Amino acid sequence: MSEKELTTRQNLRFDELWAYDPAPESPDYVKIEEQYNLFIDGKFQEPASGRYFETINPANETLLSRVARAEKSDLDKAVAAARKAYEGVWSKMHAKERGKYIYRIARLLQERAREFAILESMDTGKPIRESRDVDIPIVIAHFFYYAGWADKLKYAFPGVDPRPLGVAGQIIPWNFPLLMAAWKIAPALATGNTVVIKPASSTPLTLLRLGELIRDAGVPAGVVNIVTGPGEIGSAIANHPDIDKIAFTGSTEIGRTIQEASLRTGKKYTLELGGKAANIVFDDAPVEEAVEGIVNGIFFNQGHVCCAGSRLLVQEGVADELVHKLKMRMETLIVGDPLDKNTDIGAINSKGQLDSILGYLTDGVESGLQIYQTKCQLPEKGFWCPPTLVENVSQAHRIVQEEVFGPVLTIQTFRTPEEAVSLANNTPYGLSGGIWTDKGSKIFKVGKGIRAGVIWANTFNKFDPTSPFGGYKESGMGREGGIHGLLPYLEISQ
Amino acid sequence: MQNTKNMRIPDFKLTVPVDQIGVEERAARFRTRSIKKESKLFALKLALQMVDLTTLEGMDSPGKVRQLCNKAMYPYEADPEIPKVAAVCVYPNRVRLAAEILKGSGIHVASVATSFPSGMGTLESRIEEVKYAVDEGADEIDMVISRWAFLKGEYNYVFDEVATFKEACGPAHLKVILETGELETYENVRKASDIAIYAGADFIKTSTGKISPAATMPVTLVMLYAIRDYYLKTGNKIGMKPAGGIRDAKTALHYLAMVKETLGADWLTPDLFRFGASSLANDLLMQIIKQKTGQYQSPDYFSIG
Repeated sequence: MSEKELTTRQNLRFDELWAYDPAPESPDYVKIEEQYNLFIDGKFQEPASGRYFETINPANETLLSRVARAEKSDLDKAVAAARKAYEGVWSKMHAKERGKYIYRIARLLQERAREFAILESMDTGKPIRESRDVDIPIVIAHFFYYAGWADKLKYAFPGVDPRPLGVAGQIIPWNFPLLMAAWKIAPALATGNTVVIKPASSTPLTLLRLGELIRDAGVPAGVVNIVTGPGEIGSAIANHPDIDKIAFTGSTEIGRTIQEASLRTGKKYTLELGGKAANIVFDDAPVEEAVEGIVNGIFFNQGHVCCAGSRLLVQEGVADELVHKLKMRMETLIVGDPLDKNTDIGAINSKGQLDSILGYLTDGVESGLQIYQTKCQLPEKGFWCPPTLVENVSQAHRIVQEEVFGPVLTIQTFRTPEEAVSLANNTPYGLSGGIWTDKGSKIFKVGKGIRAGVIWANTFNKFDPTSPFGGYKESGMGREGGIHGLLPYLEISQ
Repeated sequence: MQNTKNMRIPDFKLTVPVDQIGVEERAARFRTRSIKKESKLFALKLALQMVDLTTLEGMDSPGKVRQLCNKAMYPYEADPEIPKVAAVCVYPNRVRLAAEILKGSGIHVASVATSFPSGMGTLESRIEEVKYAVDEGADEIDMVISRWAFLKGEYNYVFDEVATFKEACGPAHLKVILETGELETYENVRKASDIAIYAGADFIKTSTGKISPAATMPVTLVMLYAIRDYYLKTGNKIGMKPAGGIRDAKTALHYLAMVKETLGADWLTPDLFRFGASSLANDLLMQIIKQKTGQYQSPDYFSIG
């Protein structure tokens, strides 16, 4: 037996000698109304249908609230309010004043960060550690960042007279509800557009609370309108004749229909779609930190991340050691109550998503794939999937090609940098990628070869409002974030 | 006895890569662990049992050492459930006194030696010092490596000195102080850890306490990784001792979380993990009493060492 093989036989004991007691954040800190209406023209208004749908906590399947089910007439009302606000107030306001409102939203969010973090964890199932330390801080950073641009657009695009488009229709997903709302609302407002936005029907609560905050901040009525409801409302937004621009984050499948609708109606559009990112570990990488980056890449937000590092590509010389250490690290991940401050992995966002993930795993088992899951205990109620590895797979497997959108990592090995690049690119997606090596030149050489919007080197899943984000191929169109994120909301005349 | 099967000594000219940002982020993550209720009380008591109560001053009179030894044996007499500390750590000329007082208590007597803290004595005098401290009754020796040689790339020199002192220790345990505050990079910390471990260290220790920065969580984490890799390769367990700069109970608990999640439960014992500290013990005691009685008492109710 070679030295390397011997090395990977020893194991460590991560048993219960010292288990952490529960340390939950208090859900009572947040008051959730029994029912939420549509936020249109600065007021919460009942839906025309008088109908409401339920939103539950995926960690325990209890009812959180009931939310208005909008129909076409409600959307028309929202778009009309947005148009009126655009023409009457927002586009006429001095840019500096517009900036002040956005700063005010950022500051109020800062003051109420804890409340938003708890509510986000309750509605999505994501651990409080993430909503508190990642989601909400980046939300705030986005508003601050774009507030600063409001009166400097002429400097962002000198000599081309940047002007707003009008009414922006925005559709956001359930994986980062408030964060994706911030990514869309902040640049739209900074550039002088007004907004009609629709949250995912399983996670509407933080956006509705943001509506309350926007109202309390004194933002003029109609500048931001929130319509909640099923997917049909999303497609009605995409097809609405009085909406000038569509911003969508979600699945590639729906993204295609939105693209078609936008082309037909002549709207500008940006699409932020799926991904199947390769996380490439070379044999000269800092192994311990790479393990951490792999964990952060795929288990962050239960893997419900479009840019998740869901395909691990590891150079053969370091594969045994890396996978062994990854498995040990996974044993220390705490899966459970999202509100517990020690929880590393929370609940799967919905029953439907859990079924979809389990479908991939069942298929995998049936076709003889080698599946490894940690021994963690899962709560009885709610939707849960333990951190999962699928070893010894290849490009031919469905689980390698399709976006699973769950805590499931596939592992493949490679021999040369060229092989790594070709494996990384062999996907319809191109959103992100990761490279782990101690050698700077290798980062640039391999990074240039990978067709993806974001490449992280010796880190993964790092976000900053100053940095543009977006994909190649089926991962989307256009960029959000940074100076690039202003462009989709502007008309530029030469 | 160490299992020497499969113990091929690595080429110390090669560097094990460590990513600075990554290791610092990982270490910071342990600081977000929220340790409450029973798990907190358990960890506070465990941490107290891991303390090497230390005094290393030029002004350490016999009286001061006597005071420290009694503190070690009776940290808080009002509560008999409170455990004793692991060891008392003194200069060689105070070892005999400490050993006399601590006899039969189960508390180890540790002595710094080898021209602590600089290590700049002659090899002969440093060996003599180790032998002297062991003869006087020390059962643990805390040595310092020659940082000048390490930074100059003379890794064999450092390896050989550790091996020599290990031999001079006889039955006493050897803790090797790397003085990480002088090693500049995490990769150097890793390399020095590997050298010490392969040369025969029973424990590796961060600092003398005389140089700033002393122990930090990322530095300790890099050393824990070295211990883990050695264990995975040979099955031998090496101990870890962060020393200097750990003053409050909360930080100590975060260190324990880091040990547990990096090396597992087997290392949660004074045989394999120690805190080199002087003021930590009383903060642990105050927190233990707070946890048990619900009341936070003034420092005046806790004896000083």
